[in-house]
Amino acid sequence: MSGPAPELVDLGLREAGEAIQARRASSAELTEAALARIAATDGRLGAFLAVAPERAREAARAADARAAAGGRRSPIDGVPVAVKDLFLTRGVPTTAGSRILEGYLPPYDATVVERLEAAGAVLVGKLNMDEFAMGSSTENSAYKPCRNPWDLDRTPGGSSGGSAAAVAARQVHGTLGTDTGGSIREPASFCGVVGVKPTYGRVSRYGVIAFASSLDQVGPLARDVGDAALLLRTIAGHDPRDLTSSTRPVDDYLAGLEGGAKGLRIGVPREWFQGGVDRGVEERVRAALALYERQGARLVEITLPHSKYGIGAYYLIAPAEASSNLARYDGVRFGLRAKGAAGLKEMYTETRARGFGPEPKRRIMLGTYALSSGYYDAYYLRAQKVRTLIRRDFDEAFSRCDVVAGPVAPSVAFRLGERTDDPLHMYLADIFTITCNLAALPGLSVPCGLEAGSGLPVGLQLVGRSFDEVTLFRAARALERELGPPPRPRGV
Amino acid sequence: MPVSDFEVVIGLEVHAQLLTRSKIFCGCSTAFGGAPNTHVCPVCLGLPGVLPVLNRRVVELAVRTGLALGCAVRPKSVFARKNYFYPDLPKGYQISQYELPICEGGAVELALDGVEKRVRLTRIHMEEDAGKNVHDVSADGSSGVDLNRAGVPLLEIVSEPDLRSAEEAVEYLKTLRAILIALGVNDGNMQEGSLRCDANVSVRRRGATAYGTRCEIKNMNSFRFLKQAIEFEVRRQVERVEEGGAVVQETRLFDPDRGETRSMRSKEEAHDYRYFPEPDLPPVIVDPALVERIREELPELPRARAARYQRELGLSAYDAGLLVADPAHADWFDAALAAAGAGAEHAKRLANWLNGDLARLANETGLAPSAWKLAPAQLAAILRLVEAGTIGGPGAKQVLEEVFRTGADPEAVVRAKGLAQVSDEGAIEAAVDKVLAASPGEVEKYRGGKKNLMGFFVGQVMKEMRGKGNPAVVNALLGKKLGD
Amino acid sequence: MALTLEEVRRIAALARLSLSPEEERTFAGQLSAILDHVAQLRELDVSGVEPMTHALAGEAPPPREDVILPCLSPEEALAAAPAREGTAFKVPRIIE
Repeated sequence: MSGPAPELVDLGLREAGEAIQARRASSAELTEAALARIAATDGRLGAFLAVAPERAREAARAADARAAAGGRRSPIDGVPVAVKDLFLTRGVPTTAGSRILEGYLPPYDATVVERLEAAGAVLVGKLNMDEFAMGSSTENSAYKPCRNPWDLDRTPGGSSGGSAAAVAARQVHGTLGTDTGGSIREPASFCGVVGVKPTYGRVSRYGVIAFASSLDQVGPLARDVGDAALLLRTIAGHDPRDLTSSTRPVDDYLAGLEGGAKGLRIGVPREWFQGGVDRGVEERVRAALALYERQGARLVEITLPHSKYGIGAYYLIAPAEASSNLARYDGVRFGLRAKGAAGLKEMYTETRARGFGPEPKRRIMLGTYALSSGYYDAYYLRAQKVRTLIRRDFDEAFSRCDVVAGPVAPSVAFRLGERTDDPLHMYLADIFTITCNLAALPGLSVPCGLEAGSGLPVGLQLVGRSFDEVTLFRAARALERELGPPPRPRGV
Repeated sequence: MPVSDFEVVIGLEVHAQLLTRSKIFCGCSTAFGGAPNTHVCPVCLGLPGVLPVLNRRVVELAVRTGLALGCAVRPKSVFARKNYFYPDLPKGYQISQYELPICEGGAVELALDGVEKRVRLTRIHMEEDAGKNVHDVSADGSSGVDLNRAGVPLLEIVSEPDLRSAEEAVEYLKTLRAILIALGVNDGNMQEGSLRCDANVSVRRRGATAYGTRCEIKNMNSFRFLKQAIEFEVRRQVERVEEGGAVVQETRLFDPDRGETRSMRSKEEAHDYRYFPEPDLPPVIVDPALVERIREELPELPRARAARYQRELGLSAYDAGLLVADPAHADWFDAALAAAGAGAEHAKRLANWLNGDLARLANETGLAPSAWKLAPAQLAAILRLVEAGTIGGPGAKQVLEEVFRTGADPEAVVRAKGLAQVSDEGAIEAAVDKVLAASPGEVEKYRGGKKNLMGFFVGQVMKEMRGKGNPAVVNALLGKKLGD
Repeated sequence: MALTLEEVRRIAALARLSLSPEEERTFAGQLSAILDHVAQLRELDVSGVEPMTHALAGEAPPPREDVILPCLSPEEALAAAPAREGTAFKVPRIIE
């Protein structure tokens, strides 16, 4: 059961924008269709933490007025989208998936939200996520789990689970998520959608609740490569409010999209194919590589010798930065404050004990330890040096290839509850995505077929040179063009 | 006072608020005062999702200060997070500099009782100030947090432990303050907290080379408190050592009401600040061209200015030193001197008035020169009246006070108060003759050798003239008549 | 490497987290397992390697000009405050 006007919800992001411009559909119609689809499906799916129907309708009305006057702002003017609940939205509750921010109404919008709205996109609501972006399954959401539209007993991945599920389930035409260790790419892979983590610094982090400052990046999730490219182009670019955002001009990611894979040198890291990946997943990935070869790309065996140290480095650096970033949640100025505390110190410890779930607590503890006196050199500092070594691996690889290809995750979407007892096991699955964040390079997941047997989506990961998203999009599109879009998920 | 076989070792950490319009990491105003939380934005409130954006002027002022104090300016310095929990610290960390500060080395040269001393600096770094905790805001004893000050830019200037007495420490702070004011980097306003200092104090037996355990006394904002705090702390530590005990390393606060330092209760557990480089801010790159431009634009510093006053105006080291201790006074002096015709001959008298009566009046009223009703040109006018003989020293003092309080025209004050003195020789001679005729015995004694009777005669003549005699002429005529 | 309960308590105190005895035990075990994995990093020779403390490649954007920008009104600043007194945030008594 999918609610009224299913055809509208099936439109891609660009298709929807074009439909509005050509007056074949109105933003109001698209918005009502999205809201209806959400109402019909989200009870089971759990992709949304907050829906803002009135704000959306108002934005739709304005978009339609612009379309009538022939003055559209951008190719996505009037198209319903949604963003991870990590992005601050003025007047709309923003929780980071945590109880410590339950009901928090920010006084300002994140830069990426401003840019989406300046482009005329209709923001429909805030998407479910692992608490403070810590997790790979959205099971760490303090509110409710999100489910995979392909199989409601399985996770959509995380931490941007809601962002991937909402796109796959056709609730909205495109979403934004964040990726710190794989949190866009892994859910994109699990849900059969395109998910992009841009080069560090390509997109502003102002107004994005910080998890790990030197790793977090905002990125788009969409049903196809072109839509993702368009969304990225809309939000990318320097922000004077973020001194970690690059002043490099933004490329037109749509310009060379259909360039094809001929002549492309695709690096295949030997370390990524040494086992530890489910056979069905590896089959799909290898098939995609074979397809590239048939298209005229050249496969080049490369080595990323420090690949296996990525988890160790990441699980020191990210928690360390997070332990500091999460210190502001102290009950003093906003958010939860524990009642009945005897004094100041107890107010702090009780507020944070009650407000944070186990995963943030675990990472805060780990990070505090890694930075503490006597341990800083052996842990945090060493991890930052290993990070340099990992980056050098990629620099060396990119002297011999143009993109690096491999799996996104060792498996397809796993069942809810399957990994919640063993945090380390959960962490180890980040092995393929994590080095890209550490190296600050762009990476994406593009669907490369369904796993034989389970019928669940598998994503191919592509990692590119610094600020070379253009090549990534071109390569991903070449695959997509030949494979065709994935079928609709059967779960919702 | 310390027992003479102990030596005191002191290092000072001075926190100076920088004279920028906006805060170090956001565009909020740095203006002092205002109701709580009226100069705040998401960034300095530490709301979720915010990021710091460095104010370039902070770097310029830090470089200016470093160059003036002879520091080496690092071409690349790095901000770092200092992590701890306190209500006035909204992010739960302070953005400061740790391993790679913007300036290193340098020194402050000071003079105490004529003895020169060079106090080395360790480093200078940039950081953000915390907000303010307000105590007892409500009946239940709750505290209040005001974040207006959170994010105000600070320079932390750290000295080596080269100071050896409370007096030296005070002189160091005075000298440094004057330099910072002259540089236009800080307004020197200690009551408002724009300049504060922490003192690291330890004692050791004379002759020992190792340092004793030190205690840090935090947040002193007056010269008097600094002196009292150090003196108390030294006595405390010496007593402890003499009893055979050990000084515990700790952080202490000075209680001005009791004149004592006491341990800070909240610091029982040693702070582990978990410093790490601030990932939200790129390294601070200072290019050599900028450093040179700033160096060329350095204003004249107090020490150089005092030397120039001595050289060009013949002022004594003492007088010059007093003038430059407050650059605003020295600027005012320059203006008065210019209005008086800029000759060295006027300088001494003007300096005396500035360092004497005007300093006293300024102190009493708490007014800075920019707020004085007396204008530099008016002091020059008073000087002219004195040099013309229209008024004498005491008269000038009265005019000065009146003009300071009211801004009235000096000549009008002289007239209104009838302060004009009589310099006419004929009139004075008549009074002299009268006085001498009335005191023949004293005249004889004087001529017989009792020269100190001149004072008596001068007094009598002045009485006769109702205080209006020009003292110089009176003395001259008396001398002539008495046969000197 | 095994984290002792005492260390777990020390870290929790530094991080202002109050933990139940069960949480202390659970975290001690989980963190120890993670640190065991992380210990792998010690195998590497990192001498002479610069830490990657800043991730932005290329030229960093310039700092901003010293101009005053609009700020929040006290009402906006305090809108989410759990407790307030006038325009100040109210907290339990701070003892110095």
